[in-house]
This record gives sequence, C-alpha cells and structure tokens, in this order.
Amino acid sequence: MYTVVKRRVLAEAIVLLEILAPDVANKAQAGQFVIVRQMHNSERIPLTIMDFDRQKGTVTIVLQAVGYSSKLLTEMEEGDNLLDFVGPLGQPTEIKNYGTVLCVGGGVGVAPIHPIARALRDAGNKVISILAAKNKDLIILEEEMKAVSDEIVITTDDGSYGLKGFATHGVQAVLDRGLEISAIWAIGPMIMMKSVADFTKPLGIKTLVSMNPIMVDGTGMCGACRVLVGQETKFACVHGPEFDGHLVDFDLAMKRSAYFRQEEAIALHEHKCQCQKEGK
Amino acid sequence: MASKMPRHDMPRQDALARGNNFQEVALGYPLEVAVQEANRCLQCKKPKCVAGCPVGVDIPKFIQKITEREFLEAAQIIKRKNLLPAICGRVCPQESQCEAQCILGVKGEPVAIGRLERFAADYEIAQGCCKPECQAPTGKKVAVIGAGPAGLTCAAELARSGHGVTIYEALHVAGGVLMYGIPEFRLPKAIVQKEINGLKDMGVEIKVNQVVGKVTSVQELLDSGYDAVFIGTGAGLPHFLNIPGENLCGVYSANEFLTRSNLMKAYDFPNHITPIKVGERVAVLGGGNVAMDAARTALRLGAKDVYIIYRRSKTELPARAEEVENAEEEGVKFHLLTFPVEILGNEKGNVKSMVCLRYELGEPDESGRCKPLAIKGSEFEISVDTVVVAVGQGPNPLVTMTTKGLALDKRGTILADKETMATSIPGVYAGGDIVTGAATVIQAMGAGKKAAASINKYLATK
Repeated sequence: MYTVVKRRVLAEAIVLLEILAPDVANKAQAGQFVIVRQMHNSERIPLTIMDFDRQKGTVTIVLQAVGYSSKLLTEMEEGDNLLDFVGPLGQPTEIKNYGTVLCVGGGVGVAPIHPIARALRDAGNKVISILAAKNKDLIILEEEMKAVSDEIVITTDDGSYGLKGFATHGVQAVLDRGLEISAIWAIGPMIMMKSVADFTKPLGIKTLVSMNPIMVDGTGMCGACRVLVGQETKFACVHGPEFDGHLVDFDLAMKRSAYFRQEEAIALHEHKCQCQKEGK
Repeated sequence: MASKMPRHDMPRQDALARGNNFQEVALGYPLEVAVQEANRCLQCKKPKCVAGCPVGVDIPKFIQKITEREFLEAAQIIKRKNLLPAICGRVCPQESQCEAQCILGVKGEPVAIGRLERFAADYEIAQGCCKPECQAPTGKKVAVIGAGPAGLTCAAELARSGHGVTIYEALHVAGGVLMYGIPEFRLPKAIVQKEINGLKDMGVEIKVNQVVGKVTSVQELLDSGYDAVFIGTGAGLPHFLNIPGENLCGVYSANEFLTRSNLMKAYDFPNHITPIKVGERVAVLGGGNVAMDAARTALRLGAKDVYIIYRRSKTELPARAEEVENAEEEGVKFHLLTFPVEILGNEKGNVKSMVCLRYELGEPDESGRCKPLAIKGSEFEISVDTVVVAVGQGPNPLVTMTTKGLALDKRGTILADKETMATSIPGVYAGGDIVTGAATVIQAMGAGKKAAASINKYLATK
C-alpha cells in the first residue's frame, strides 16, 4: 500500500498527490514515470513524476481528471492508499550542461517538466521555462517552476495571463531576443508537443518530447505503448518516454491514444450511475 | 487385465456453451473415474514415465496411492518433486513428456498421468493444503527475481532447504505467465494463487511491484545481504513482424491482448476498468499455444469470426494437439499456409484488413520443419477488425541490461550452465525462458529446481 501524504488542488480538475513510496523515491530521476493501480479492479496507468524527495521517501504526481481512472485518482484524500505504485520506469532525461535551454510545459505537462528543469539547472544550464495553458486558472506550479528556472515565460490561449497565444508563441518570443538555445524540452498535450517540434525543426534546435501513450505493464512486456520514431518502432515504456520530437510520428500517436475513447466514456458513465445510486 | 481398459476421457464444458464464458473448459476427473484410470497403470519396475518428467515426479507411486484411495498421500508424493501440481496437471504437455514414455502408449493409449496429477492436486486443495516440511533455518538468504514458474519453483525448493527466500516480482501479482498469459478457462487464477499461497506458508516472502533493473539491481541485491540470486524473468518481450501497418489501432501483441484479458480481467469490463475490444473479425498470427489462447479468448470476448493465420500446414502447428482441437471445436477457423504481408487501416487509423500471401512447403529447414515458401502473385485481402501478433517472445532485457558482467548470447538470453544453471557471475543463477527463450511452464520449473540444487551446494560452501 502506498499512502497519499499530501493532496493539493492546483486548478479545476488538476490535483497534486504526494505518495509515500521510499523505494521509488530513492531511485527516481527526472524524466521517469510510475505506473499506478488504485484499487483491485483499476487500470494500470502511467504517470510522469513531478517531484521526489529521497529523505521523506515520497514521489509526487500530478493528475488531470479526464477519464474514469484519473477522475477517481483526483478524488483521493490524504491518508488514502494506492494499491500499487511501480517505478521508477523508463529512461531518465539525459542531463548535462547544454548551455541555454528551454523547458516548455503545456497544461499538466508542467508537472513532468519541473524535475527536468531543476536537474538541467543543477547541471549548470541557463533554464528558461515556458508555462502554457488555456487560461490563467489553468497555469499550474508557477512558484515551483520559478524556483528551478532562471526565467519563466507564461502564455495563455486567451491572453488572460502572460503572453496571448500558444506554447510556440512563447518559444518564438524567447528566440526573438536573439538567444542561442541549445535544446528544448516540450511536454504537454500531444498536439502541443507536435506544434513545438514542427516549429523548431526548420530552426534545427534539438527538441525532446515525453510521450504518454496507453500502457499496461510499463516494463516492455506488452508493446501497447508503441511509438514510431524515425520509422523505427519503439516502446515508450522502456526506450522512452523521451524521444526526439523531430522524429516522432505524432499523427499515429494521437490515433493510438484515442483507440479506447469509447470504453473510457462507458466506464465514466457507469461510475456516474454508481455514484447517483449511492447518493454521492 | 487393467491395461485393456481404454483411457478415460475427462469431462469438458460443452463446446458451444464454453465459447461464451471464461470458466474452465476441462472439468477434471470425478473421483471414481480417477481411481479407474489409475488402475490402468502397470506399475512398471523401471518406469520410463519418470524419466520423461522434467522434475522427476515419482509417477507410479502417486498413481498407486490413487488406486488405494489415499488421495492426500498421492498429492504429497507429487509435491516432493513438484510444488505446483494443480498448475502442471493442467498446462504441462504430458503427451510429449511423461505420457509419451508410458509403455501402454506403444500399442494403445498411455495412462492419463496429467489428469491424475490434476485430480490429486485439486483433491488436496479442496481438503485444505498440507504445508510441506521445511528444514531448519540455515540463516542464508536468496533473492529470486520473477515470480513465474521458474522463480516460484526455485523459491519453493530453497525454502524447503531452510533458506530465507524473497521473490521480487515486477507485476502487482505473483505468477508470471500463469497469471498474465494463460487464460482463466485453461488455468483458473484462483488455483494459481492457492498454490502460490502454499509457498507463502513455507515462509517465502513475495514482494510485488518490484522492477529489478529499475528500483534495484542484481548487484544491489547481492550487496544488501543476499547470499545468492536467481534470475527467472522469462520471455516477456513481444516479437512483431515488422510489416507495414503493424502500429495501427487494433493490432495487439499476444502479450498485450492476453494481459488485458487475464491479468487485468478486461473480459469483465466495466466492472474491471481495463478495456479490450475485438470487433467482429479477429486474426491471430501464429500457431503456438499462445496463439490458441489468444484465439479462444477473442471468441469469448464476442468476436464472430476468429482466424488462426499460420504460414505452414496443420502438421507443423507448434501448439499442443489438445489446444488445437479445443480451438477448432469452439469455432476458431484455421487459415493455414497463409501469412500477412501488410495490415491496412481506415482514416481513424483502425485496422480494416490484411493483405496475405499463400504459401507452400519446401524442404525442411534448420528447425527440422518444412520451410514455407511464398507463392508469387497469390496476394489476397482478408477483412479484419483486430490483429493479434502471436509469433513468439524474446527475453525481457530490464535485468540483463543492468547487470554488469552477466554473459548473454546474441539473442539476449542469459548464458547459464546446462546442469548447474550458474551464470558468469558467482552466486547468480538463472533459468526458464530467460535462458532458453520461450518454452514451456514445466521446463522452466525444471530449470528452477536444478538451480535451487546448485544454490544449495553453493551456499553450503559459503
């Protein structure tokens, strides 16, 4: 059992959970993920690590309630237990001194960007972070990102906070200042990662993205997480989750992510019916 | 003469009814039938069947106990050599092992050793398992990586010798392929867990959710006080065909398909939240036991047409004859001498059909089977909604990649001594599919047992 020691609501339907899992905390590195199974009948779902504290033995994850399983997880309270918490999985981010780097987080993608930005800054990089969201209310972890970045840039689709526009506009704004950017990490919704990768490809700036496909075991056993990278099939769980954004076939990845959408709706619907019956 | 009596059939669920449920197909011998079948055994002075058993169960003796109606004793005799008899009685390929050696098989049909093993084991489980005796604690500690057939057997043998044993399992439940791979209708998961509980009663500690290679490593285990390590991480890496369209939605590896259904119980969706979908037409690529399991699972999940697509002919099917027969009875259709060259999809990226080639058989190849030769210009299209790729598995590299100094062969399997199961690292042993490549449950158990004997010797010198 893995206990929720802290819960914080970051925005509407976005929740931070700090989980007591000393073994995982002890080995976790930036860029890695965990597999979580909440109850005996739950799915195994992959979640990227937002933070870890080796002394306290905790690992922090951030969830957005989109499907049934993520919704149930966001409803957990402090003191509740997760049945299974496996990790750290996947390859860690390659951390070294690149020079000046951009860390772009879109929506909840800011969470996995956080430990990467911190590790890159600790390695001597100048870290400029871009936080992008639909509107001001959905900008999360601003203080945490400030603490691990030399500078932060905020963009919102509706202009309610920071620059008006998408993540790519934030990247453009930084490049317009004539800075030489050695590498970019972009993590967020698939469409956002694709846009950033498309934007930087003609500029020749190394761009890494973190794929979050459907997974089952997360240890290379099932191949559900296949991603096409430069015409080569890779398993996101063992070869990734980070890949060269200029080589990822995002269109295929988006289609694969949507494969069980109908079943997700059924599960969510059943859940609502169950809650109504129980008068919740 | 008892031997003139024909071999007794085992009752099975009706073929039509069972195609719609996940309950066990083979129902086991009723008590009187078991006694009658046991009476067919000639009690050979030099029993060949024992030599055919990878773990050397004293077959004539346990069968004799069944004739004497000493069923619990029969189970105890099996358990001296094999602590997972209810599992082996169900999934061992007895026809090519113990039963293949039975003298009755020369002119007629061999004694149904597997069915009798299952009977004795199930009888014991129903009565409440007796705890096997363990020797006094030695104070030595062994870490076993992987709770599949090899790891469980090795752990049980080591616990019996008085060593402290901890199993590190990557998934959330112990059992390995017995839980994620073999379907409920062939091996009920409750049976697997009961046999594993027997190990826990012997003092074996099982730590789940521990991915060795990530959360810890072989070296760290040795450094943290384990005197020896056994690696039984299996063949968990699915092979694909590398044909166009293989990443379309609706193409599953057999591992994914079976793991969703078996381990995650997707057949009980939405009571269990993991989804699986098959559509109306399912093509399973491959002809082994895993392919049969996937095809029969697809039928039970509601597919109207399920095809086994196999490059060679029926004679070469690597699956057990019994499994092929079960699949045929339930309505699985066999497209033999056929294999796809491309999978086609619709605008959503979902599978819609496969382009296949027809094959003919040529001269035997290095595997001894006739080599399939594609017939030029024979392309044709089969319309399908789901494709399950069941063409084998390779060794999972998570442990081997992170273990410095561990010698591997070019396929990535661990090089271990055939007799001692010792690897290139002192104190580290390996067995099962991670050494042989994908094989059978009982072969893995045999390897686990051999390794335990070597570990025993090794620990005595420490």
